[in-house]
Amino acid sequence: MSENKQISASDVEHVAGLAKLKFNDQDLNKFTDQFGDILDLVNTLNEVDTDGVEPTFSVTDQINTMREDVAVNAHQKEELLKNAPDTENGFIRVPAIIDESEEG
Amino acid sequence: MNYFDTSLEELHQKLVSKEMTVTELVKDTLDQIESDQKELNAYVTVDRDGALAQAKAIDEKGINADNLWAGIPVAVKDNIVTKDLKTTAASKMLENFTPIYDANVVEKLKANDVVIIGKTNMDEFAMGGSTETSFFGATKNPWDHTKVPGGSSGGSATTVSAGEVLASLGSDTGGSIRQPASFTGIVGVKPTYGRVSRYGLIAFGSSLDQIGPLTRSVRDNAALLNIIAGKDDRDMTSSDQPVDNFAAKIGQDLTGMKVALPKEYLGEGIDADVKKSVLDAAEIFKKLGATVDEVSLPHSKYGVAAYYIIGSSEASSNLQRFDGIRYGYRAEDVKSLEDVYVKTRSEGFGDEVKRRIMLGTYSLSAGFFDAYFKKAAQVRTLLINDFKEIFKEHDFIIGPTAPTPAFKLGAETADPTTMYMNDILTIPLNLAGLPAMSLPAGFSDGMPIGLQIIAKPFDEETMYQAGSAFEDATDFHKEVPGQGGQN
Repeated sequence: MSENKQISASDVEHVAGLAKLKFNDQDLNKFTDQFGDILDLVNTLNEVDTDGVEPTFSVTDQINTMREDVAVNAHQKEELLKNAPDTENGFIRVPAIIDESEEG
Repeated sequence: MNYFDTSLEELHQKLVSKEMTVTELVKDTLDQIESDQKELNAYVTVDRDGALAQAKAIDEKGINADNLWAGIPVAVKDNIVTKDLKTTAASKMLENFTPIYDANVVEKLKANDVVIIGKTNMDEFAMGGSTETSFFGATKNPWDHTKVPGGSSGGSATTVSAGEVLASLGSDTGGSIRQPASFTGIVGVKPTYGRVSRYGLIAFGSSLDQIGPLTRSVRDNAALLNIIAGKDDRDMTSSDQPVDNFAAKIGQDLTGMKVALPKEYLGEGIDADVKKSVLDAAEIFKKLGATVDEVSLPHSKYGVAAYYIIGSSEASSNLQRFDGIRYGYRAEDVKSLEDVYVKTRSEGFGDEVKRRIMLGTYSLSAGFFDAYFKKAAQVRTLLINDFKEIFKEHDFIIGPTAPTPAFKLGAETADPTTMYMNDILTIPLNLAGLPAMSLPAGFSDGMPIGLQIIAKPFDEETMYQAGSAFEDATDFHKEVPGQGGQN
């Protein structure tokens, strides 16, 4: 199914890596097919002549709404930590950042 | 009880005159929701304790006779955060997440003594058009339990359509209020981008997302938008355009108004019954004194492609926050920080959410930004210009909300791009930021068909004027689903 498509399983794996996602082999094949279909759909935009057209990134009528640069303490530390998966002494606990199994 | 045979005004009078207490109304509402829940699955969370506590407090202080919504139960989509009430966005990622603050719209509901009855089911992170991507199972269409209610605000649509509540809030990024309103035979409105604060709406596509009301009638819809609209400093895109009374023009006749009917909205892929309903609607607007002209939206057919790039790009950025560290799901048996991210996200997100994150990441990645994200943003400009051109000469636009009536559960889940095309008629309005309504306009084999009414930016008053004139001239909104989903 995917031979006409412009994306390979290894391309999909690369994008998954950027998005911090991982697929098993079966899902990778399914996603590659579906991703090819989706790219076929979005590539119809190439039919449109957009030379010299300004891009629209937002349609809001508000421009750069700023507030006073004042620090506030909402005193919500205890409440916020209740939603953390793992805490200790008022801190969020995570696994080691440095992989200690490898030297150097 | 059900809400089929009563109106907002009637309930309000009963509450003001103490013929009924808020507690009694809320209890009856909860009983009905809970008895339907196993079959319809419209809710992720029914908040019996919270709703009854709120009802008791309102009964104790008394009903404000000037506030139609005081004491009325309303359901809220589960991607709108509620303080101390679980909010999941229908994702495993947030299965046990309890927000510590209220969204701006929830603050406003509570300040107006509206009772929050529960949190409605939806497609995961609002990504989908059928409510089938929910981690908590699909919601059913009250008109036929073998069919989808549409999505992503399927729970919010089903609970109103089934007569369990008078109104609910949904969110609409590409049609997620209007398409389910169309599929379930009710009124759903996506306001102008910036009309309603997004503070506390779990972000999907930040330049597209808007919260809006789903109701049984056009008037109730305007009355609920009156409560939730307005500037909020915590959403820098929320507009400081004044909010007066969205119902102000309701009842004014349509004589001399100019209606546009885009030919692309009746073209290939539009179901014959849907097309007929829209053409019939055009005739009704003519009888009401308006003129109807065929117009063209030449770039509308590229709306879906532009939307999937823009919406997915924004989603891939917004959903980076779900990393398993501060809140939400964290995968077990993880050895390193990288492991926490990758396993958490791979296990916590469903397939449709992953597809959008992947497309967005791809569109924004080095070497592809200009070809995808920028190109889509340029096509968005051309589409906006199409609408500006039409609104030079016309007061509002009509067309179908969705190409077809509701489809069978499971019919489109295997093919994502088929599912995406359901939103072909709703997406352009999100890209352009325009206000749009779906309201009942016909039936096909007993399933509701929705008419879409589109107005100029911040001209919700004209949209509601046109919608209520159509509603008053027709009987489609009086039909209700039969018992057990038999229509």
